[in-house]
Amino acid sequence: MYPEYKPNMAPFKNPMPSQDPKVRARNFKEVATGYTAEMAMDEAKRCLGCPTKPCVAHCPVNINIPDFIHEVALGNFEKAYEIISESSSLPAVCGRVCPQESQCEGKCTRGIGIDPVTKKPKEPVAIGRLERFVADWHNEHAKETKIDIVKNGHKVAIIGSGPSGLTCAGDLAKKGYDVTIFEALHLAGGVLVYGIPEFRLPKSIVQKEVDGLKALGVKVETNMVIGRVISIDELQKEYGFEAIFIGSGAGLPRFMGIPGENLKGVYSANEFLTRTNLMKAYLDNSDTPIEHAKHVAVVGGGNVAMDAARSALRLGAEKVYIVYRRSLEELPARKEEVEHAMEEGIEFKLLNNPVEIIEDPETHVVSKMKIEKMELGEPDASGRRKPVATGEYDNLDVDCVIIAIGTSPNPLIKDTTEGLETNSHGCIITKDESGLTTREHVYAGGDAVTGAATVILAMGAGKHAAKAIDEELMGK
Amino acid sequence: MFKIVRKKVFNPTETLLEIEAPLIAKKAQPGQFIILRAYEDSERIPLTIGGYDREKGTVTIIFQIVGAGTFKLNQLEENDYIHDFVGPLGRPTEIEGENVCVIGGGLGVAIAYPIAKAFHDAGKHVVSIAGFRNKDLVILEDEFRAASDEFVICSDDGSVGTKGVVTGPLEEMLKSGKKFDKVISIGPVIMMKFVTKVCKEYGVKECVCSMNPIMIDGTGMCGCCRLTVGGKTKFACVDGPDFNAYEVDFDEAMQRGTMYKAFEKKAYEEAKCNLFKKEAK
Repeated sequence: MYPEYKPNMAPFKNPMPSQDPKVRARNFKEVATGYTAEMAMDEAKRCLGCPTKPCVAHCPVNINIPDFIHEVALGNFEKAYEIISESSSLPAVCGRVCPQESQCEGKCTRGIGIDPVTKKPKEPVAIGRLERFVADWHNEHAKETKIDIVKNGHKVAIIGSGPSGLTCAGDLAKKGYDVTIFEALHLAGGVLVYGIPEFRLPKSIVQKEVDGLKALGVKVETNMVIGRVISIDELQKEYGFEAIFIGSGAGLPRFMGIPGENLKGVYSANEFLTRTNLMKAYLDNSDTPIEHAKHVAVVGGGNVAMDAARSALRLGAEKVYIVYRRSLEELPARKEEVEHAMEEGIEFKLLNNPVEIIEDPETHVVSKMKIEKMELGEPDASGRRKPVATGEYDNLDVDCVIIAIGTSPNPLIKDTTEGLETNSHGCIITKDESGLTTREHVYAGGDAVTGAATVILAMGAGKHAAKAIDEELMGK
Repeated sequence: MFKIVRKKVFNPTETLLEIEAPLIAKKAQPGQFIILRAYEDSERIPLTIGGYDREKGTVTIIFQIVGAGTFKLNQLEENDYIHDFVGPLGRPTEIEGENVCVIGGGLGVAIAYPIAKAFHDAGKHVVSIAGFRNKDLVILEDEFRAASDEFVICSDDGSVGTKGVVTGPLEEMLKSGKKFDKVISIGPVIMMKFVTKVCKEYGVKECVCSMNPIMIDGTGMCGCCRLTVGGKTKFACVDGPDFNAYEVDFDEAMQRGTMYKAFEKKAYEEAKCNLFKKEAK
């Protein structure tokens, strides 16, 4: 309990102001519009400052959550931002895309028990929404402060400009390193620009992060496919980079291997989202085409599947299905995204597994997807109950299928770098938390190491690697 | 930004650009490709590398004006800049085999030529067949001829060389008992399909095709360029663009190539119309 104010004992979170589901389902503007200062202060007062701080322990980068929330309650938003910044580099991003329900908010004291009036489970403090508020407030109000950086002359290369690379680059640049980021695409941001849609993470926020790094002196070289145009060996020997961080992500889409997967109208989620987000195919004047399908089936239950389904809706689809082989309980997507998708009218075909995609014999475009009903059996290796086939089939009439069943790390760097070892899944092997690989002075982190995971974990890996690189180069 | 140091217009639909890109020029090998965006908001266009000059630091591309993207690219002139230029992408062509036949069809000749040259420079025996729709569309004839031990040119209408498509001379050679370790074909998918069919009939040991499907990133990320090879899904951008032609599902590749035909046609008309309006001002 804080002495300055009376706690807000409301059992539920302040609702997040959002666009009306019917309206937002047809535009690409951000769904959630964000707390006002009053709402944020009111919500912040729900935090009791409990001594056990389960939120901090369950944050992958251990942000000092009660302290920043306390500052929000007092209206000291910039102070709150400073506290978050001690542990996180991308609060405006993480406040929007972190799966808070399984992290900080998952064990919040305020979320324990049932509300006696409504008989609904009590809700935790809206930590994610507060983080987002603080970051947005800072971005809008903070004065540009020039940080005096004493250059130390050591050169570090970062491969990939996604969450881990941006974080690693930022931390090292602040310490005085001469940092260059190499990005394969024409725009920096990695999955934040090609994957996550505008309506969930406005690209201006990502651009602001990249611009911030440039202001710190970080060089961003786009159009550079490391492994092809310059090898890791050349970066070290010819270009004089003393340490390298690989944050090349998990960008290789997986397919199911069922008949009809290469028909016209079948996309990987990566392709569908890249066309929409990176290439702005949703704009009328875009040079990049995308199919404006009427009936769409998205296969998979993760955040990427939700993003693809909701993008298809915004591109004008009349009917969008999520086809997932387990039940709602196992659905891996962020809770909020699932709720948003449902509000927007996306139909969840749970416990259904695609077995075949069928073409229109005249146009050779998808016309149907055959699905098989599943039942939940015993828990599998992942601890989730395993879906078991029932032999009962159904057909969905669709003219577009989007496969969102996961991605693997890109093998390009592994294939072109001697001595860089990977495991059987193609993930780069690292020694420990430092991210040091089997190659001297070469570090790695994010999805390239873990396989497809979250922005915050990648950010954490970038932070750890930056620390380890600093220790290695300063220990010389 | 990447400077155009030379522009050569072969004919109304085919243009060569030599572009300053020293890092790519240093690494490029025959069979690889680049992806470019002409302007800041342009689509990403994959184009096979037609040549490179490591000393000058330039890369040559030859493209056909088939849609809005290539139409706009063709508006750029010498000393203009291309906004984005990334590469070299894909696996290089394997320069193996003592006695090879290199076949190029239409714009495919722009890619077949450097491959023939690489074999020729490596001291291999090279027989080349170049096919065009008509004499006005002939490109790189002298260069291709110089890189070949034997060179045959043909055209659909007979206005240059033998009348007919490339499979004609190929079949003739094989029928007369000519043996090739390898036949490499680059051109329209339908041409590669029939070259492969002929090779199979005559028991040519190795038949390679260079696929150029629709692509976005070119680094294995989008899966748009996937095709079926030997019953498995492969990505042309990272597993290719060269494949064992005997295993490629050409019919599927042809279908996938038409995915955005309607969009492209409309965009092309709009692009031409916009230019007309601009010029009218």
